[in-house]
Amino acid sequence: MIAPSSISNPTLEGTDDDQLLRVSLGPQHPSTHGVFRMNVVLDGETIVSLKPVFGYLHRNHEKIAECGPYLHSMPYTDRLDYICPLTNNWAYALSVEKLAGIEVPERAEYMRVILGELTRLINHTSFMGFILGDMGAWGSALMYAFREREKILDLFEHLTGARMMANFMRFGGCRYDLPEGWIGQVSTIIDDYGPFLDEMEQLLIGNEILLARTQDVGQLPAEKLINGGVTGPMLRAAGISYDIRKVEPYGIYDRFDFRIPLGEKGDCYDRIMIRFLEMRESLKILRQAIDGLPEGDFIHPKAKLRNFKPPVGEAYGRIEGPKGELGFHLVSNGTTDPYRFRVRAPSFINLTLLEDMCLGLDLADVVIILGSIDIVLGEVDR
Amino acid sequence: MNPDIDAILNHLREALPDAAIELRRNPGPAEQHSLLVEAASLPDVCRFLHDELHFDYLSNVTGIDWPDPAKAEAVALADNENETKEETEESPPKPGFLEVVYHLYSHRDRVGPLVLRVRTLDRGENVEIPSVVSIYRSAEFQEREIYDLFGVRFTGHPDLRRILMWDEFVDHPMRKDYVAPDDFEYEPTPHDAVLERAKEHYPS
Repeated sequence: MIAPSSISNPTLEGTDDDQLLRVSLGPQHPSTHGVFRMNVVLDGETIVSLKPVFGYLHRNHEKIAECGPYLHSMPYTDRLDYICPLTNNWAYALSVEKLAGIEVPERAEYMRVILGELTRLINHTSFMGFILGDMGAWGSALMYAFREREKILDLFEHLTGARMMANFMRFGGCRYDLPEGWIGQVSTIIDDYGPFLDEMEQLLIGNEILLARTQDVGQLPAEKLINGGVTGPMLRAAGISYDIRKVEPYGIYDRFDFRIPLGEKGDCYDRIMIRFLEMRESLKILRQAIDGLPEGDFIHPKAKLRNFKPPVGEAYGRIEGPKGELGFHLVSNGTTDPYRFRVRAPSFINLTLLEDMCLGLDLADVVIILGSIDIVLGEVDR
Repeated sequence: MNPDIDAILNHLREALPDAAIELRRNPGPAEQHSLLVEAASLPDVCRFLHDELHFDYLSNVTGIDWPDPAKAEAVALADNENETKEETEESPPKPGFLEVVYHLYSHRDRVGPLVLRVRTLDRGENVEIPSVVSIYRSAEFQEREIYDLFGVRFTGHPDLRRILMWDEFVDHPMRKDYVAPDDFEYEPTPHDAVLERAKEHYPS
């Protein structure tokens, strides 16, 4: 049992209150990854209190979704975590399929795995660029990362017509079949990705500045991370083996041979390294999925797009998104519109423990810790 | 993997005989059945689930607005015996209510979601539900969000403020009867006050 920590009411005893400096960090700040603000109280350079302020990008996605049919929300889910739209699509489609009991054909499941793992590559690669930017190395690493990301985005454009706002999954499958030659292009990218990761790791692993800035920064006990609802690479960096692809295999993840990389300490360094290892596992999954891709339907032949009415009931579906557990809780009252549409956004809930990670550290460390959580404001504010 | 909800219910009834807990069946194909817990006993139930049954991870907290209670009953079906009893009594129409749904998982046993639902008495004044932040820290921002968007007051929450809407905002936009104002940013300007005063001096 963990008592609610002192975070929310920091005691300022023992400090000379006149010496405390209140800083509003953000919302227009290059290291806050969007319009995110933190009200920070500083004693010298040390963090005494940190209060996140949300809502600058709030458009009440959930309300919009409740005002239209189920399919109408599919393009909106692209805009949650706009770095990885295809996993958002997948999570939503999966939840609706649970709600309505729809089967997904084999080929569509393979396509989803391929797209999901490519999205994970995109997310983790961009993360490498951004975190280096947070450490002051603005530019080079990000350009290397974006060069590779661009190749995958080209593939997405070829397939879905859009680089980022894919709107590709449907309830019971996918929107189109794969175009000719597309799988060949994916293979080329996978083959080139290993050497790129080697290169990137070489650039980062031994870098003295990176080590100095990230090692032993932002650790928390494992028990506290679980209690705080932290998921995804953040949790696994602390050595907790919890990956929904293994724990509750959705789609066809139980057919692939891959491992869950774990960190030891859970500091920012581990969080960076865990993402490198996860990308290598994603490459393994991708190779297996390409080899096993069957012929057949890309969408269930009886899947209904118009006048789609799931039976009365509710369902909570979740997937292992690149940033953590992405879940949708849907309540249907038998009409064409969802009665309740709730997004369990990993970026938002991973921020719960931000203050605990930062207390007692320097202001400069906050930027690294925030970067290592890997947030996207489209999802935080919804 | 969905947990064995009947076994959990038996455990809870044994350990907490005073808590009013009902099993509610989910009529949909997801088969995620839920436990309807009386608001006052929610912290005890959560503490027992956390400490004894190893549900150590609260994944999701959803707020739902039910102006029409019949719809809520249709989504979470009560056992048949209770239903028939209520029908014969011819009670006055029930008020609508706000509902909070919790999805719990167990890291150790790899099961979940265990769905708990808690209801407020109505949608007006009696909208209090005990906070579970002291048991599950992950509820901190989610409860704030439900307070902000639905207006459920979580008693015992360490820092219950609006989170997504701005502090001066007065309504709860996720409620079903919410009507958006024409102009969110309207505020009387000093200029209007000056014009009002001017009218006293220059009757038209």
